[in-house]
Amino acid sequence: MSYQVNEKGYYGEFGGAYIPEMMVPNIEELQHNYLEIINSYDFRQEFVGLLKNYVGRPSPLYFAKRLSEKYQSKIYLKREDLNHTGSHKINNTIGQILVAQKLGKHRIIAETGAGQHGLATATVCALMGLECIVYMGAVDVERQAPNVKKMRMLGAEVIPAISGNQTLKDATNEAMRDWINNPVDTHYIIGSVVGPHPYPDMVARFQSVISEEIRWQLEEQTGRENPTRVIACVGGGSNAAGAFYHFLDQENVELIGVEAAGKGIETHETAATLTLGTPGVLHSSRSILMQTKDGQITEPYSISAGLDYPGIGPMHANLFTSQRARYLWATDAEVLDAALELTRLEGIIPALESAHALAALKKLQLKPEEVSVINLSGRGDKDMETYLNHFGY
Amino acid sequence: MKNRINKLFQEKKERVLSVYFTAGYPDLEDTVSIIQELVKNGVDLIEIGMPFSDPVADGPVIQRSSLIALQNGMSIRKLFDQLKDIRQVTDIPLILMGYINPVLQYGVEAFCEKCREVGIDGLIIPDLPLSVYEEDFRSVFENNNLHNIFLITPQTSDDRMRTIDGISEGFIYMVSSNATTGAKSSVTDFQRDYFERVNSMELKNPRMIGFGISNSETFRNACQYASGAIIGSAFVKALGGTEPLEQKVSQFINSIVTES
Ligand SMILES: Cc1ncc(COP(=O)(O)O)c(C=O)c1O
Repeated sequence: MSYQVNEKGYYGEFGGAYIPEMMVPNIEELQHNYLEIINSYDFRQEFVGLLKNYVGRPSPLYFAKRLSEKYQSKIYLKREDLNHTGSHKINNTIGQILVAQKLGKHRIIAETGAGQHGLATATVCALMGLECIVYMGAVDVERQAPNVKKMRMLGAEVIPAISGNQTLKDATNEAMRDWINNPVDTHYIIGSVVGPHPYPDMVARFQSVISEEIRWQLEEQTGRENPTRVIACVGGGSNAAGAFYHFLDQENVELIGVEAAGKGIETHETAATLTLGTPGVLHSSRSILMQTKDGQITEPYSISAGLDYPGIGPMHANLFTSQRARYLWATDAEVLDAALELTRLEGIIPALESAHALAALKKLQLKPEEVSVINLSGRGDKDMETYLNHFGY
Repeated sequence: MKNRINKLFQEKKERVLSVYFTAGYPDLEDTVSIIQELVKNGVDLIEIGMPFSDPVADGPVIQRSSLIALQNGMSIRKLFDQLKDIRQVTDIPLILMGYINPVLQYGVEAFCEKCREVGIDGLIIPDLPLSVYEEDFRSVFENNNLHNIFLITPQTSDDRMRTIDGISEGFIYMVSSNATTGAKSSVTDFQRDYFERVNSMELKNPRMIGFGISNSETFRNACQYASGAIIGSAFVKALGGTEPLEQKVSQFINSIVTES
């Protein structure tokens, strides 16, 4: 069984491109060109070169000794937090900005939740000298203020989205409306493995560098290429897609995604999409989403802006349905504990999103000989305000 | 039975006026009254919006009416309920317009059957792409005598327009400019080129121009290039006023059809 996208843009029954006619020319242009562009020699040279010398890849695979002692098992951290701009998001924006250039686009738009994708987009736009507009839910503009300031300093225009819950879903709606209103000359850099085909596949390919590195790094350090399991948090699902990618066909590697349960899956304040959702179409692809029985999208909630989204990429919907991957959830409270634990045991302050992956450690029965790789998707700088409010330092 | 949309375009070749409103706005139970008032004021075709929480192809006015309609309790089920006796009241062609997800949750087959039962003539689902329509939806639509109305935009290639014309029935919805609903409102040179390009293609289906038609001037201009025009946001905005419904509708429609 293949877990990759098929030629029609579907992962099993999920995916596709449910786009209004106004978006057809741009999406078809991408569909027809993305593989040729990203497989070309020129593109590979530029992409790999920038990831190495600009982003600072490979990111370390770090054996977390004290965390391992605590959980009586072997735990490795894939340090995406050490990338330039502080998260995995830059892997994708480097790839997409090069695609946009090859397609001759001069204006870049993006949506952002935590601000990490907006920051990574503003960064590559500064690098390439392109105009940059970032849509961000008004609530997120408040709770992720440091990233907003960085984006503005980088020259991006940050436009608060004031519809809905004023978070990631609403920012995505606004970015799509912008693209409909500006169909010529603009490229939309989507920040996760969501949206119409070919975005989920394109973004997964750019993020797949994460698992490509894990394999040789683990072999170098332990003599084995495959860990027992890989654990990653899932909002839209891009860091998880990247961390899972080269293990998808290694059926003996357990793949675990961790969703944001917010205040708990039994409350209405949650973003545990796969746990609570049903099949439907949001943001132009068929996937699993949180909705009412009438098909209205439910407003999500999570302490972490990057996971505060009622949908999930179609690749994960398929991995979930086919049971290739397992999806757990962690509440805000569990996540804050996990973040403090990593900070005190390893001297690493994680992003709130990444702390969801760490919170899974308490939910698994780890054995001493097992090797778990946790994708530490980002650093906690942007979340200091939340941490300080909570812990009172 | 013959589809009422075809009948309309056979009988009327110019200045066809189609009006959109969001079901459940301003009040939950306004649907039938709005239809009756529109008919009374001589509108030719009515598009009833099924509100959705995330209307990405819509501008602020329809976003807002959709939100309020949902808060009022509107749903597809409720709408069908309100429309169940509509064919005893009027014979005007009726189109339902909305996004794909609520239709999927209702069940496509059940939805189409219900449409036929209450007397709906066509559907506009902006995020139902051509390829998915052909594979998964076309036969149920056709079995229920429902025309799927496709959109074209200034960016649509000639080839694609011909494909769309080939599978369209009723009319083709010409989106006036590259925009979400409610934006821009004059006929620019760029739009004129596009309108003329489409006219010169001699498509088999009549065309209606929509998006940005808001007053008698834009209506008149649009009618020079197509069988007629569709008014959405401007009407929804007018419905937001405080006057009695009857007055809001008649004032608005008069302002459109009266030559200044
Ligand atoms: C550090 C970090 N991790 C994870 C995510 C969630 O995105 P995804 O699920 O696409 O990896 C975000 C999103 O903002 C993020 O900033």
